[in-house]
Formats: sequence, C-alpha cells, structure tokens
Amino acid sequence: MSVHSFQEHFDNLIDRDVTIEPKDWMPDDYRKTLIRQISQHAHSEIIGMLPEGNWITRAPSLRRKAVLLAKVQDEAGHGLYLYSAAETLGISRDEMYNQLHTGKAKYSSIFNYPTLTWADMGAIGWLVDGAAIMNQVPLCRTSYGPYARAMVRVCKEESFHQRQGFEIMLTLSKGTDIQRKLAQDAFNRWWWPSLMMFGPPDAESPNTEQSVRWRIKRFTNDELRQKFVDVTVEQARVLGLEMPDKDIKWNEERGHYDFGTINWSEFYNVVKGNGPCNKQRIEARRKAWDEGKWVRDAAMAHAAKRKARQSEVKAA
Amino acid sequence: MTNDKLNNSKNEWPLWEVFIRSKAGLDHKHAGSLHAADAQMAIENARDVYTRRMEGVSIWVVESKHIQASDPGEADSMYDPASDKIYRHPTFYNLPDEVKYM
Repeated sequence: MSVHSFQEHFDNLIDRDVTIEPKDWMPDDYRKTLIRQISQHAHSEIIGMLPEGNWITRAPSLRRKAVLLAKVQDEAGHGLYLYSAAETLGISRDEMYNQLHTGKAKYSSIFNYPTLTWADMGAIGWLVDGAAIMNQVPLCRTSYGPYARAMVRVCKEESFHQRQGFEIMLTLSKGTDIQRKLAQDAFNRWWWPSLMMFGPPDAESPNTEQSVRWRIKRFTNDELRQKFVDVTVEQARVLGLEMPDKDIKWNEERGHYDFGTINWSEFYNVVKGNGPCNKQRIEARRKAWDEGKWVRDAAMAHAAKRKARQSEVKAA
Repeated sequence: MTNDKLNNSKNEWPLWEVFIRSKAGLDHKHAGSLHAADAQMAIENARDVYTRRMEGVSIWVVESKHIQASDPGEADSMYDPASDKIYRHPTFYNLPDEVKYM
C-alpha cells in the first residue's frame, strides 16, 4: 500500500468510529498529538499528587486521612495507566520523565496553585476532579484504543474523588462560621483556575479542529467549560456557597449560565512557568527521581543476580 | 504492548503485560502494562496498580517482549477464510417446528 492508501484506510476507520490500535498504521501527526496529550495527562496525575500530599499528615480525622491517601494512590495509578498507554505509541517511560523534569512537557497548570487550608482538599476534589471528569468521560470513547481503555479505568475511579471533595465542602459549609469561611475562601481561589483547566477558548485553540476530526477530542474546550459551569452553579446552591463570579446569570435563550471573563493572561503566565508553585512541583519530582535512582539500580542488580543463580542451579 | 523498535531505553525496568482473573471461573483478561525489575515485582506492582478495588483474584504477568502479535495489515487474509462458512453456526440449519430443545 502507498502512504496515500494507508491514509485513506486510516481515515475510513476514523469515520466509521473504529478504534485505532498500536500496531495499526497511523499518520505521524496523529501519533505525535496523542503522545503529547497522553503524556501531559499522565504528568498531570503525577504532579497532581503533590498539592494533596501536602495535607495527608494533617487530615482532620483518621477517616479523612484514609480517604485522602486512597485518592492520592489512585492518582499514582492513573499516571501509570496513562504512561503505559503513551508507551504503546513508541515513546519510552524514561523519555517522558525526562520531558517532564526538563520542563519540555507540560502538565495541567492547576497544580501550580498552593493548597493553603484543609478546605482546599474539598475544593480540589469537588472542582478540579469535577472538571477533570467532564474532560475525561468523553475520552473513554477516544479513537486510540489504549488511551480509551485507560480512561475507562480512570473514570470509574474518579467519581469517588469528586464525591469525597463535595462531602468535605458540605461538612465545612454546615459547620461553624470559620469553617464556612474556609469553604468559601477555597471555592473563591479554585473556581477560576478550574475553568481554565478546559484550556484556551476555542478561537485560540488551533489543535482542537484536527483533534475533533481524529476523534481524539469529542467536545471543544468551550463546550465542556459551559457544561461544567452549568452543573457547578447548581451544586454550589446545595452547599449554600456564593459563586465567586458576579456575572453568573441564567440565560434563558441559550439554556446555559452566562459567566464572567476568564483572566487568560494569568493562565498563560502559569503555563509559562510563573505560577505560585511551578518551581516547587518540578523540583519535588526531580528530587524523587534522582533520590530513587539507587533503588531502581539495586532492583535491576538484584533481578540479574537472581536470574544468574537460577541458571546456575539449572546447569548443575 | 509497545513498539519496541522505538523504545530502547537502557536502564529502564522491563515492561510487563498484566492479565487478571476478576473472579473464580473466569478467564484472565489483559488489564494493562507496567514496569518492574522482575516477575515477582511485576505481580506485586500489578496488585497495587490494577486491583485496588478487588478487581482480581489471580494475576498473570509476562514480559511484553515475549508476546507475538498478528499483523493488523494481514487481518483480511487471516480471517477471510472463516467468513463464508456460516454452516459452522447452528442458525444455518432449519429444523421442523416439532423439534424442540436442539
């Protein structure tokens, strides 16, 4: 087959909603786009452990601590599912780590914000995981098989994350005045960065069209953001918290909530590396990688030794 | 599974494919992959990565490089011979209505 007919065959699979698998022919740009998206997604899960890890030792009860530990462990798991999905496209795990540690690869910029109070654990679960679920559910039907299967697993586990966050917010918002204030303050700080998680507006997102064509993405950034705003307004009402946006208003004609203007220069500034915690996050990952080197090496040496001993026994 | 031509990092722990039996009586099914220094570590890691919610009662691991896969480019010629043999299915045969339970 010529490249042209390979391309035709591929387009045909995409049009018929057939899943693409690792050994199938795929255009270089499709492969590259997927590697970028899946590895960034994996990095986000791994970096995402850090802001919450900050509160494990200070969780207010044993129940909350067990839940937070389980959630952070899930995030490690999600990172691992996604890294191995990306590896099926021909990039090695070490190369992906290297891209993260050198700043060549990005991760979700929301994790560059600090977790100042316990209420942030509630706001992150409710809003950040809520936004992530909005993004991730359609990815369960994305065109690349290993990515879609990883996302099915991730989504199954993610809904507990959002519920436990909402439960923290609910408990705080029904608590003392100070607890209510903590909840509102966390909501205020995490609301706008959560909206930014869906990425730049469609008009400024040059890759969206191609990704939708390839069924890597199934909805645009703005569509998902709107959906998130619509459900969150209702949930905030249940919590009795005030929306941190004076421009939130039901629009009868559109059948959606209107909302205020997002500060995109803040977003681009954080993406560029100037958020409150960018440096700290990457340093923590690098440190873990460097200080874990002897463990990785020792495990390999141990495995080699054991293998050698087994073949000696066999030979004897 | 990995395209190993492109994936030759020297110091990486090898890649393993993980298969999990979700409950007694069912087949092991491919769950995903992971890196581990040896088979024992692969099973332990698989426990933590793929069965945090009681998804399994038994785990198989096999180093990815040992898996041979068919070529999707040859799928047509590979599976074509079966496509015109509908007589292999019970529905191919017409039975009189009086015959029940066959």
